[in-house]
Amino acid sequence: MAAQTQMNISDQVAVEITKMNKWYGAFHVLRDIDLTVYQGERIVIAGPSGSGKSTLIRCINALEEHQKGKITVDGTLLSNDLKNIDKIRSEVGMVFQHFNLFPHLTIMENCTLAPIWVRKTPKREAEEVAMHFLEKVKIPEQAHKYPGQLSGGQQQRVAIARSLCMRPRIMLFDEPTSALDPEMISEVLDTMIQLAEEGMTMLCVTHEMGFARKVANRVIFMDQGQIVEQNEPEEFFNNPQSDRTKLFLSQILGH
Amino acid sequence: MGRDQLAFVRKHMLPEAPPPATQTGAVKWLRENLFSSPGNALLTIVSAYVVFQIIVSTAPWFINGVWESPSLTACREILEGKMGGCFAVLTERWNQLLFGFKYPSELYWRPGLAFLLLFIAAAPVLFGKVFPRKMLIFTGLYPFIAYWLIWGGSLLVPVFALLGVLVGAFVYSRMVTVNAGIAVIVAFVAALVFWILSGYVTAPMENVMAIEAVASRDMGGFMINLMLGVVCVSLSLPLGILLALGRQSSMPIIKWICVVFIEFIRGVPLITLLFVANVVLAYFLPPGTNFDLILRVIIMITMFSSAYIAEVIRGGLAALPRGQYEAADSLGLDYAQAMQLIILPQALKISIPGIVNVAVGLFKDTTLVSVISMFDIVGMIRGPILASSEWNGVYWELFGFACVLFFITCYGISQYSQWLERQLRTDHR
Repeated sequence: MAAQTQMNISDQVAVEITKMNKWYGAFHVLRDIDLTVYQGERIVIAGPSGSGKSTLIRCINALEEHQKGKITVDGTLLSNDLKNIDKIRSEVGMVFQHFNLFPHLTIMENCTLAPIWVRKTPKREAEEVAMHFLEKVKIPEQAHKYPGQLSGGQQQRVAIARSLCMRPRIMLFDEPTSALDPEMISEVLDTMIQLAEEGMTMLCVTHEMGFARKVANRVIFMDQGQIVEQNEPEEFFNNPQSDRTKLFLSQILGH
Repeated sequence: MGRDQLAFVRKHMLPEAPPPATQTGAVKWLRENLFSSPGNALLTIVSAYVVFQIIVSTAPWFINGVWESPSLTACREILEGKMGGCFAVLTERWNQLLFGFKYPSELYWRPGLAFLLLFIAAAPVLFGKVFPRKMLIFTGLYPFIAYWLIWGGSLLVPVFALLGVLVGAFVYSRMVTVNAGIAVIVAFVAALVFWILSGYVTAPMENVMAIEAVASRDMGGFMINLMLGVVCVSLSLPLGILLALGRQSSMPIIKWICVVFIEFIRGVPLITLLFVANVVLAYFLPPGTNFDLILRVIIMITMFSSAYIAEVIRGGLAALPRGQYEAADSLGLDYAQAMQLIILPQALKISIPGIVNVAVGLFKDTTLVSVISMFDIVGMIRGPILASSEWNGVYWELFGFACVLFFITCYGISQYSQWLERQLRTDHR
């Protein structure tokens, strides 16, 4: 499979980050991040908690502001201009640890809201698209329920469908399985694997190393706000170079 | 128990079973709620006795009540020393209690009609799922229709007022893409300028398409309380939302205007604001300008309650998880869309009990206008009715009646809000 998906990666740059720095007050969260993501790449970002991996992907769709350096998403330079930010956000889908579905709207309304209001898609068309993606994540029958009536795994799959309804070119996953019961993790991972096979550009912050081995074509290890090591999954897991990476892998795969 | 007995394998899964059958019905309810213990039984009996005594001692007052009599002395003659209420004051002064003592009696139908239309206007707002959305057009026109019916005068005045609102809405829709906060302020200024200019147009055309005009000082009775209550609640809710959002604004100027406004208005008693409206405001206005007293009172009460509502809504906004804001942002919704579609529906739902609290309090506080010599229902009772030679000394019946009117309205509001909360419950806890 690795060889086959390898071919989908193009030379086209999806995200370009150069010398990016971010501070929370005086705390230096991200330090000189350089990262180029090509269209069709599937990148897993791992690292101990507090290493800045979530902050990094949240900078890509401007949920967090960076103070120094450049981020270019799909050819658009991320600046303080609200129009630019909204444009980038509508091109970049995001899936959160805690799903963040809108509890006052039905599953269908959750999925059609942004296409109708941001993309100005007619309601009928938006509903058809939503149904298509709900079928893809295998919960079309729940379309008229409210998020509160669904299990965690189902909610997370709806959240993925909601992002896909905007037809994003890049998907960001911020620990999508960390808040789930163990038995529901696989249904969400299956959806993500399916997405990867279709050639979606993905950046995933996750602790699921099995997923990383299977799907990623690049694993990035972060610690203390810096990219410590990045490599293809085979090399990364079997032959880690840095001591920090070795320690982290021994802790996470130790038992 | 031996160690070998710890091993266990279930061969059959247990089917779902109904809960044990319990006896239900009145007897069980009585036993559980009223006579569950000797102490409880004693309490029940004592309370029943107290309730019985209250009913026995007040019943004659209602049963012997006199409903027709020209004055208190005549009423007492009819009663012949028996205990009984002189409800005749209500029937005899009915119109005064409702409309005040100077509203032309041949025009009572106009505020009456406005009152009936209020229900049609409010229906699609209060029960959005039952009534068609098109009725909202009438709701939008209602304030201008009601104004014309109650005050009369030239039709041009409400028409130009409506045009002013439309001008404001147009300016807002043009500006909102730039910045929502600035758009609101500019739209408000545009509407205000339009209204001031239109004053020069309508002033010389007093008699164009005019019906008989009634001055504000001629209005009174429960009508004033209802008018102030309805207008101030419906104005202070949107204003409160804007203040609450403004207080969270990232623009320091907007934020500080809102903070200062809220903190100042909340920090002074309503009654002082009403005195300001009545007396002091006149000093700041150019001489000769006739700034309607009811309008001044509406502005003051609206400002007062919107400051409270803003804080209630701020509580609702604070209760929302940050994830909701982030999810809205990550989908590319702009600020106005995120607020309108995601944040406010949830924050307002959380704030319903607090908002209703403020609304009910506001409605009852409208009786404070009697202190600045407006003849609302309390003003009418304390002034013209109790001061008259016929009805001097009838306190219980009159104030009891005022209480009943307010209670019915406030209880209705409370019941509606609870129904609304049940309707909006989607979290299935």
